[in-house]
Amino acid sequence: METTTIGGGEGATGMAAHMEVEAFRRLFPLPFYDRHLSKSVRPDARTLDSARETTISLGPVASADGSALVKIGETTMLAAIKLEVMTPSTESSDEGSIAVEFYMPPICSPMVRPGRPAEVAPVISQQLSDVIMSSRMVNLKELCLISGKASWIAYLDVYCLNADGSLFDAALLSAVAAFTHLQIPLVSVNEEGRVFTVSGEQQEKTKLELVNKEKRKLSIGNTPFPVTCVIHKEHIVVDPTAEEEAIMETSITIVLDTLGNLVSIYKPGGVGLASTATIKECISRTKRRMQDLKIILEEAVSVMEVD
Amino acid sequence: MGKMEDRIDGRNANQLRPLACSRNLLHRAHGSARWSQGNTIVLAAVYGPKAGTKKGENPEKASFEVIWKPKTGQIGKQEREYEMILKRTLQSICLLNVHPNTTTSIIVQVVGDDGSLLPCAINASCAALVDAGIPMKNLAVAISCGLMEEGSIILDLTKSEEEKLKAFAYLVFPNSPLTVIPKVPLSKEQPIEQGIITSVTRGAMPVSGYFDCMNRGVAACAAISEFLRRSLQKQSSDDTSRAA
Repeated sequence: METTTIGGGEGATGMAAHMEVEAFRRLFPLPFYDRHLSKSVRPDARTLDSARETTISLGPVASADGSALVKIGETTMLAAIKLEVMTPSTESSDEGSIAVEFYMPPICSPMVRPGRPAEVAPVISQQLSDVIMSSRMVNLKELCLISGKASWIAYLDVYCLNADGSLFDAALLSAVAAFTHLQIPLVSVNEEGRVFTVSGEQQEKTKLELVNKEKRKLSIGNTPFPVTCVIHKEHIVVDPTAEEEAIMETSITIVLDTLGNLVSIYKPGGVGLASTATIKECISRTKRRMQDLKIILEEAVSVMEVD
Repeated sequence: MGKMEDRIDGRNANQLRPLACSRNLLHRAHGSARWSQGNTIVLAAVYGPKAGTKKGENPEKASFEVIWKPKTGQIGKQEREYEMILKRTLQSICLLNVHPNTTTSIIVQVVGDDGSLLPCAINASCAALVDAGIPMKNLAVAISCGLMEEGSIILDLTKSEEEKLKAFAYLVFPNSPLTVIPKVPLSKEQPIEQGIITSVTRGAMPVSGYFDCMNRGVAACAAISEFLRRSLQKQSSDDTSRAA
């Protein structure tokens, strides 16, 4: 092993020759990444425009009406939807509603301390509900039971189990998957005029008339698919890990739907500016990634149906 | 565009609401500014730089903290998101190496909300930072652009327009550079205004619609940037004459 000589005035690159890779990575993260990016490769052997391996599994939570577990590399998200009956508001009497919550428990990342909620959690929560509403993925009219009397409220809870970058991507993908898996339970009205859900065993026993005849799924219209890119100098790095996000500070999240519409371009500040050319490039990366994600989601659904 | 008076308040598509900016209103703060666009009014105060950074921030750089105060009620998710966007936007325009290991607090008080609240808050905080003398690379200018059903674009949305529109975007651009050096034609390089600092969108829109918004936004921001520059120069000359 070579000994490291820390000579006066010697820059990061000068020292690099005498240093172990891991030490160089920790001490000079920026030059470490610069060197990788200039060779069009990333420390985890991915190319700049390739995303990590993505898996979707539907229905991991049996007690929820719809659920999905999504992994993008190490980033893991669990989304679950619970339906409850509510009285719709007078302005939108024939519509249901969706309440989104995003949780980052301390197990997900060393950055989150117990007792102190993560700063990004409410931000991602807001982003999720904005995108779900903007894309009109779920037709809220389908969540209506009896116009003006009863409709569904879908409580969508997304839990981050492991935070390793591109949190919003994984969160939105899990939310979309959970909505595709969602089954609307049977409901009935009792003597007092209250609407309640009927579970499987009760179905034979109950003499009351069912409001909806069979369990149904929502027709998911145009599905939104997200891609987060990190902009570093002239490079565009797709699907960054937590380390990459921390070092290269400018990130841009693009959400496209299956019709090719732009649902969101989200760039909160950052050192780098996004020019028109950069945005166009990011959009074309998103289109490519969207095809892959669509196939992964379809496969997850078909596996579910075979079971 | 077509018709001239196609908006409820009689403005045409490209017209902004009357802008007003006054600085140095709060004498306990290190810098303050009140920015209004029609009935949307935001008061921003800057305290700092104060010694030390919060845990988890890079002590080699100056850090920022944004506190959003809604007009009424408690701070919600939407406000938390605005805080984060504002913080990262301001961080990107300030020189962070000048005051390492310091924290600058920006308190944003919403006085009136009639749409385009986030752009208004960004403009207000930017003026407040100038008032506090925080070293900055350039100013940031924010605008809201709405995409109408038939594809035309309107600027500086009111609250009722935001609710009715199919899609809209909040865009933040760096202000146009002013230099005594005669303009050298930049070879191939993008002129500075072309890049966006911050982008937040609502509603689905075609990709081309977004780029239309961007182009209109750049043009409108040049006007706002000119207004901001004039207002800053006027008030700073007032200050010096008072001091003398």
